Amino acid sequence: MAILNVLALVCLLYVVFLFAVAFGADRAARHGRGKWLRSPYVYTLSLSIYCTAWTFYGAVGFAARSGLEYVTIYLGPTLVMIGWWWTLRKMVRVGRSQRITSIADLISSRYGKSNLLAVFVTILAVIGVTPYIALQLQSVTLSFAAFSETEQAGAALPDMQSTALWVAMGLTLFTILFGTRNLDANERHHGVVMAIAVEAVVKLCALLAVGVFVVWGLSGGVSETLARIDASEIARFEVPGSRWIGLTMLSAAAFLCLPRMFQVMVVENEDEDHLRTAAWAFPAYLMLMSLFVVPIAAVGLDVMPIGANPDLFVLTLPLMAGQDGLAILSFLGGFSSATSMVIVAAIALSTMVSNHMVMPIWLHFTGGSAVISGDVRHVALLARRLSIAGVVFLGYLYFRVTGGGAALAAIGLISFAGVAQFLPALMGGLFWRGATRTGALAGLGVGFVLWQYCLFLPSFGPSMIMPQAVLDHGLFGLSWLRPQALFGAQDMDPLVHAIMWSMVLNTGAFVLASLLSFPQPIERLQGAQFVNVFDHSSTTGGWSGGMAQSEDLLIMSQRIMGATEAQALFAQAARRQGLVGYLPEPSPDFLQELERELSGSVGAATAHAMISQIVGGAAVSVEDLMAVADETAQIMEYSSQLEAQSQELARTARQLRQANEKLTQISVQKDGFLSQISHELRTPMTSIRAFSEILRDTSDLTAEEKSKYSSIIHDEAVRLTRLLDDLLDLSVLENGQLVLNTQTGLLSDLLDRAERAAGVQVGTLKVERDRAGEMRELTTDLDRLAQVFINLIANARKYCDGDPPVLSIRTHEVEGRLVIDFTDNGSGIPSEKQAVIFEKFSRIGETKAGGAGLGLAICREIMTRLDGSVSYLPGQKGAAFRVSLPLPRRMAAQ
Amino acid sequence: MSPERGPVFLARRTYRRRRLADAARLLPIVGTVLICIPLLWQGEGASGSTRTTMAMFYIFGLWVILATIAGIISRHLRAAENKEPPRGAGS
Repeated sequence: MAILNVLALVCLLYVVFLFAVAFGADRAARHGRGKWLRSPYVYTLSLSIYCTAWTFYGAVGFAARSGLEYVTIYLGPTLVMIGWWWTLRKMVRVGRSQRITSIADLISSRYGKSNLLAVFVTILAVIGVTPYIALQLQSVTLSFAAFSETEQAGAALPDMQSTALWVAMGLTLFTILFGTRNLDANERHHGVVMAIAVEAVVKLCALLAVGVFVVWGLSGGVSETLARIDASEIARFEVPGSRWIGLTMLSAAAFLCLPRMFQVMVVENEDEDHLRTAAWAFPAYLMLMSLFVVPIAAVGLDVMPIGANPDLFVLTLPLMAGQDGLAILSFLGGFSSATSMVIVAAIALSTMVSNHMVMPIWLHFTGGSAVISGDVRHVALLARRLSIAGVVFLGYLYFRVTGGGAALAAIGLISFAGVAQFLPALMGGLFWRGATRTGALAGLGVGFVLWQYCLFLPSFGPSMIMPQAVLDHGLFGLSWLRPQALFGAQDMDPLVHAIMWSMVLNTGAFVLASLLSFPQPIERLQGAQFVNVFDHSSTTGGWSGGMAQSEDLLIMSQRIMGATEAQALFAQAARRQGLVGYLPEPSPDFLQELERELSGSVGAATAHAMISQIVGGAAVSVEDLMAVADETAQIMEYSSQLEAQSQELARTARQLRQANEKLTQISVQKDGFLSQISHELRTPMTSIRAFSEILRDTSDLTAEEKSKYSSIIHDEAVRLTRLLDDLLDLSVLENGQLVLNTQTGLLSDLLDRAERAAGVQVGTLKVERDRAGEMRELTTDLDRLAQVFINLIANARKYCDGDPPVLSIRTHEVEGRLVIDFTDNGSGIPSEKQAVIFEKFSRIGETKAGGAGLGLAICREIMTRLDGSVSYLPGQKGAAFRVSLPLPRRMAAQ
Repeated sequence: MSPERGPVFLARRTYRRRRLADAARLLPIVGTVLICIPLLWQGEGASGSTRTTMAMFYIFGLWVILATIAGIISRHLRAAENKEPPRGAGS
């Protein structure tokens, strides 16, 4: 029992060492130290959980049975890794930008966050992975057994079941301790990742050490080893093409779809850039892991007794050679492989189970929404811990039930084939926007049923679950439904047969149902975000981690608030915290203050998103935020500038429009005025010129003729002068340059004066006056008012065709205004002309007296100046003009 | 927009990066084809099939070469991407 005790002690020490590593890494991560935790090599090594105990021990057994075929299990992942640019890059980007926590989460959030789909994927994953966990427990117990067999005294063989139970319990404890420390939003577990990275190194070293020992120790060199291989049972390369290609594809698919691989590859990924290193480093790791497999198998087959389990050659060869130390190292390698796989698989599965099954059910039954966050956190952690225990226990149960027999040996590939059913939904979701939830459900359903029917159920052995009759003659006796010869595909390797049909029909159902169904809006939205993920997040997102970086916050704030203000704010906060400089600790208080400040600039929602993304270290990188901030600042600046400019432009445009209208009016007036004035000037000028030419050129004119012609010239010159005076007067009036000369006088005196000035003589025009009504005192510009009266009386004198012509002037008050009506007994003004008589140069026909047509226009201008008006009064006997004036206040009061 | 970014320089860099991405995409396809090559050997020769050791040398040699090329491509892709302007990249 000595070696077993040593083994138990070594195991214990190793586990304590792993605890220490995990604890240290967690501590370092929590304190923001430990850049080495985020090294791409740690990431690469963590990927090595792909190499489980099944590959550590099983690869040699595999090679001993079927030669080089085992490399397909490693070649598939190699192809996926070197093709990272196609799929892994996208998966990781989507995982980061959508904060994906598991493969079930990825598939469900791609297809409209469907929980049904998540539950389905979770169940499928649990069914597929549980046997795999059982396989790990078996390998550990087998390796214990291998040691105990060497004990010749072998009286007390340890109970295999109890070993498995102890291992299961230990693993559960470890996983719960380090896998559920926190409900980190990004579900990263630094301690676990570091521990499995260490385990990756241990298992690689162990296998390489055994390999070196076998090649140089047991065989005596490379050429001798090659000779041994050539002489062994596996000397011939006799791999069926279908299995070679099929297994490579299967392992590639499983590498992408296994929940534990998804966990380390996508969820635990710190930095997308790590993929670049893993792209070559992980294939190299796999190559080293498989390098010595064939030599160990060949030598084992050669030196070990017939019937020895080839699965344990890695362990039994050093033991047989008496190299106990190497054997223990090898045992640790296998132990590492088994434990790391179980730990990560349990974490991945428990996340899926608790997030997609336990929590929804709990929330449903408590009837509440997740309002009391603390409460929900507690429940989620508990659910996760119970899920871990449940998953490991399921694996143990499976191991107990199947008894750890040979049936387990094939379970690795069967498990691969099960999880590979996720592939169409996964890849379709990442690359095809037309993929729908219905399609994913249909594909997964068909694939799952076929996998169960063709591979999983028959794997328990004939008549265990599936009756032999079904195996031989098909379901319901339909021969084309035979599980291992579906649709008449006979004599195929059962595994390849099952993979082919399940994948073909899975993909077919997925595509067909996607084509026929119509996605919900959220599916289409998510589809666009997943497929075009590189358009939405342009940078690689090197920044991450839980600690908010004050410097990043400062940079961002500067771009939004302006450098001085932001620096002042930060410096003030730093002083309050007792720090020197510009960078305060990102305490909740400070963050809240900063958010408030920022929300003033960019709005509350944006500010909150920006802060939470920097602090949470979420999918959006600082560069993204800077770009956003830059754009926001620029846009804000631009928009305020634009606003000011556009207001100014609107003002200018309004002014310009007004000016233009005015100019157009003036231009029209000017044109009309010029044509009128030229006409008015031409007539007298023409006669002046004609008669002056006659006077100049004709010598034999009589004195009478000379006098007549001269008086015509004189008359015309007078008329011109009057016209020019009127024009000048009008221009003065229109331009508002008239200076009123206010005087006080009696209306009757004013009318007398006007009558005289208008040239009213007895015999020409009889003026009837209302002397009593005219005894009113006026205070206004009497000269100008007289001008209006003169004009009106003169018009009557000139144009009244009554016989005898009579002008009656009546004065009265209408609505508080003094109204003076000038009414003659002529024929009046035709109604169509009444509208234009006050316009310039409007004359009613060529009447006996040639006026310029400016008189009434001048009258109107004057009356406007005097706050009165002059208008034509229709419906009288003759022409009637009404002059209205405001009454002086004291008169109105009377 | 900024004049210091010469268009010729930029174009060449972008071009180089895209060809590197093409190479990265092509590598797994080439790898798949090359991995299937040993299948062609099976019917050859009087002995009926290839020796395992030969296939081993081929497969492991190929493995090393694939890992090396992947390393070279991804290293240059990284270097190229870092120097590229943050926007305007992509397909």
